[in-house]
Amino acid sequence: MLNDLTLAPSQACGAFRLVPLLREKNRTDLRLGLSKESGFAVLEPKAVYTSYIPHALVVEWNDGSAPLAAVGTQLKKHRHSSAVPPGVFHRMAKRQDGRRLRFLPLHLAMDGLLALHFGGPTVQWGYFSRQAMSKGFSPRVESSVAGWALEGFADALRVFEIHEGQVGVLVFVADSLATAFVAPHPDDYRALHDALLQDFFGELIWQYAVLYPESPPCEFPTPAEGVNSLADLRVAVEVMRSDWASFGRMAAVGVMDVPVTAEKVYDAGPFRLERFIGSLDPADENHIGERIVAPDGSVQYLKTYRLSANQTRRAYMLKQLADHDWNVESIAKKHRLTANDVLLQYEHAGYGWLFHQHVLDAARAYARKYS
Amino acid sequence: MFAERTQREDIVHFLNSCYACTGQREFYENARSQRVSIDFLHQYVLGNYRSVYARALAVGINHFNQAQIIVRLLATGKQAIPGEGALIARALATMPPQRAWKALRDVRRLGINNRRARAIARDYLRGRDAVFDCVKYRNKVKAVACHNHLSLPGEAGPFLFEKRSAPFQTPLFEQVRRAWHSAEAVYELPFTVAEGLAAKHRIPRDQFLAKIQHRMTQGERLRLQKAGDVAIDLGRSPLTKLALYALSLPEVAEDVSQGMERAVAAILRRMPMALGRVAAILDNSYSTSGTQEKKRRPLGVAWAVDRVLAVASCEYRAFWTHPFAGPTPPARGATDLATPILDALETSPELLVIVTDAVENDPPGAAAGVLKLWQSRLDPWGKVAIVHLNPVFSAGDYAPRPLCDGVPTVGLRDAESLPTALAFARFATGTTTRADLEAFLDQRAAEFLAAGEGADRAE
Repeated sequence: MLNDLTLAPSQACGAFRLVPLLREKNRTDLRLGLSKESGFAVLEPKAVYTSYIPHALVVEWNDGSAPLAAVGTQLKKHRHSSAVPPGVFHRMAKRQDGRRLRFLPLHLAMDGLLALHFGGPTVQWGYFSRQAMSKGFSPRVESSVAGWALEGFADALRVFEIHEGQVGVLVFVADSLATAFVAPHPDDYRALHDALLQDFFGELIWQYAVLYPESPPCEFPTPAEGVNSLADLRVAVEVMRSDWASFGRMAAVGVMDVPVTAEKVYDAGPFRLERFIGSLDPADENHIGERIVAPDGSVQYLKTYRLSANQTRRAYMLKQLADHDWNVESIAKKHRLTANDVLLQYEHAGYGWLFHQHVLDAARAYARKYS
Repeated sequence: MFAERTQREDIVHFLNSCYACTGQREFYENARSQRVSIDFLHQYVLGNYRSVYARALAVGINHFNQAQIIVRLLATGKQAIPGEGALIARALATMPPQRAWKALRDVRRLGINNRRARAIARDYLRGRDAVFDCVKYRNKVKAVACHNHLSLPGEAGPFLFEKRSAPFQTPLFEQVRRAWHSAEAVYELPFTVAEGLAAKHRIPRDQFLAKIQHRMTQGERLRLQKAGDVAIDLGRSPLTKLALYALSLPEVAEDVSQGMERAVAAILRRMPMALGRVAAILDNSYSTSGTQEKKRRPLGVAWAVDRVLAVASCEYRAFWTHPFAGPTPPARGATDLATPILDALETSPELLVIVTDAVENDPPGAAAGVLKLWQSRLDPWGKVAIVHLNPVFSAGDYAPRPLCDGVPTVGLRDAESLPTALAFARFATGTTTRADLEAFLDQRAAEFLAAGEGADRAE
């Protein structure tokens, strides 16, 4: 996904390790900036998306004839009042005047996750409850933690030294990838570096930040007996440095190259704003996110969110239902379980309300009897 | 044996912290954690090693910690031990007056009022030019006089406490009174006082700066170099301040570098140092850019140390973590201490000085590993003396962060205290005993008090 980006040596602070992403040649016909408006809810057709949204991003593009200035630095008439009424945004991604699009970072991706099979069962099997049939998965809820609530994240961002030509960053917490962020231009990145604090993160990342306040120390690679001259020490330090520098490359490789299911959100001129969901395999790390892809296939904007194990599991179970035509027996057959086991697993994951109470009671009684 | 070692380490920790900590924000830590950490150290040492605590005033610690010690000693007068009062009085006399008056005002803020505290405030005022201090440090003097019931000489009482428009007999007081009404009279007052009155009279800043120059102190002149056309003799400024000023300039002018040379010469005249073959590792990584409160302070200290060592040693080589071509070191990049340390050790120096905040990240722990193996495997006889000078206090460690076991870490206040720091380094290695430390403190305290008596007689 990030082929044209190179990784610079990581910078660690407490539990956090930030790996800078550099790009040699930057486009000038796409800019990303911070919107000055703020809101807390999004009106969507037939639904309300409610969440605290501290910031929105604005993307601006042109046809490539002339370079664009960074968002917020153009010489133009300043508008004092917001075009949208404060408090409520219309849609996750909304075209503004000219070639501008306002969208809510990560909420776009999260919206995609929450909307998965939102309509509910498409086949009316007898065990689905009345609510599941009539209302589907509304309201579907996932919780997350704001960046500023992560222990030490503000400090890690503050002491981080932004490189020349840096367009992105990979944020690792306790050496597992928390988020990846790429901006189209180094100036945009510089402006949005601190906005990472306002993004949201999974509960898992929050726990990692509390549980592992320090990164594991680097071991000196050579035992004392092997050192007989300064040259030996020099070799040992080189080994240590290459180990340290290769970390980001190794840790990022598995995550960035997994197949994702992408969905187009908006066509911004030649650019394509997409959101994507990873494989949702419970055994894997799973990321959701959004990206802007340029015509040449390079990723100009990227922001990802790492799903916690429970979130992955919930999404995975929904996907299973949909893939099996909402048939519990079919799922049970595939995994060589009984339908009762499957029902109880769904109840355990918080989907008990999908089924009639008497169905669940019967499954529980059966499990008690034969266990 | 362990008790002795614990005591010695406690004291060394405390003194080291007092050299470096100013209670201000540092690059990696906020001001609050610094204050909490240093407050704990003060309370701990005051409770357990009171005699050491008082004598710490004499070993060249920074003014922030001197003020802390004075206030805490005055607050616990009941447990006072003989000789404390003289040390406090002498320390107050050597501190910059604004800091001394602030310490005495803090005594009031904390509600401390005992016979000794009153006597010390009274003696301090007696040693000062009361008229000038009443004008320049008006609020502080007023608070201290009020709290301690000081009898003020001459017209100082009416000047501080009465609101009146009748003329004063004392010329400086009369100037202040006139400056309230006349813009021209402002220029006869001390700069900081005149500044407020100039704002009141709406005097344009450049005009004000041009005409007030003859009343500015050296520090004020240096501070206002970039604000306007202020004449200054740079050679009289302290080296570290000059280094920080030079780092803040886009280009270092000829007179600044000459000023630095003269400042180095002044330091070495005052405290002669003759060092042999010296190599210095100087940190100019991004973290040395400091904070808003201490802008480029770690970098400025490292640079100033570099200038002093270059003159004081027969053979000197500097190894910056990021070698630079221009006249001033930039604060950029990750901290890679291992490579310059290896480079420096290859030149087989007699003394290796490392000036860094000891936060190493390229890769972490390499310098510690290198130094440890160097000392255990390659130089077990200790032919190369290694000293780590740390200008940054680390709140989590309750001391300046150490680089590695076996390498003494000394807190460094500024380049002027380099001789003190090098002398103190032998205590930080752990090879000396508590008795040695006590002897050192006794000697420094005696010198400190003797210098005061000499000065008194001279007056």
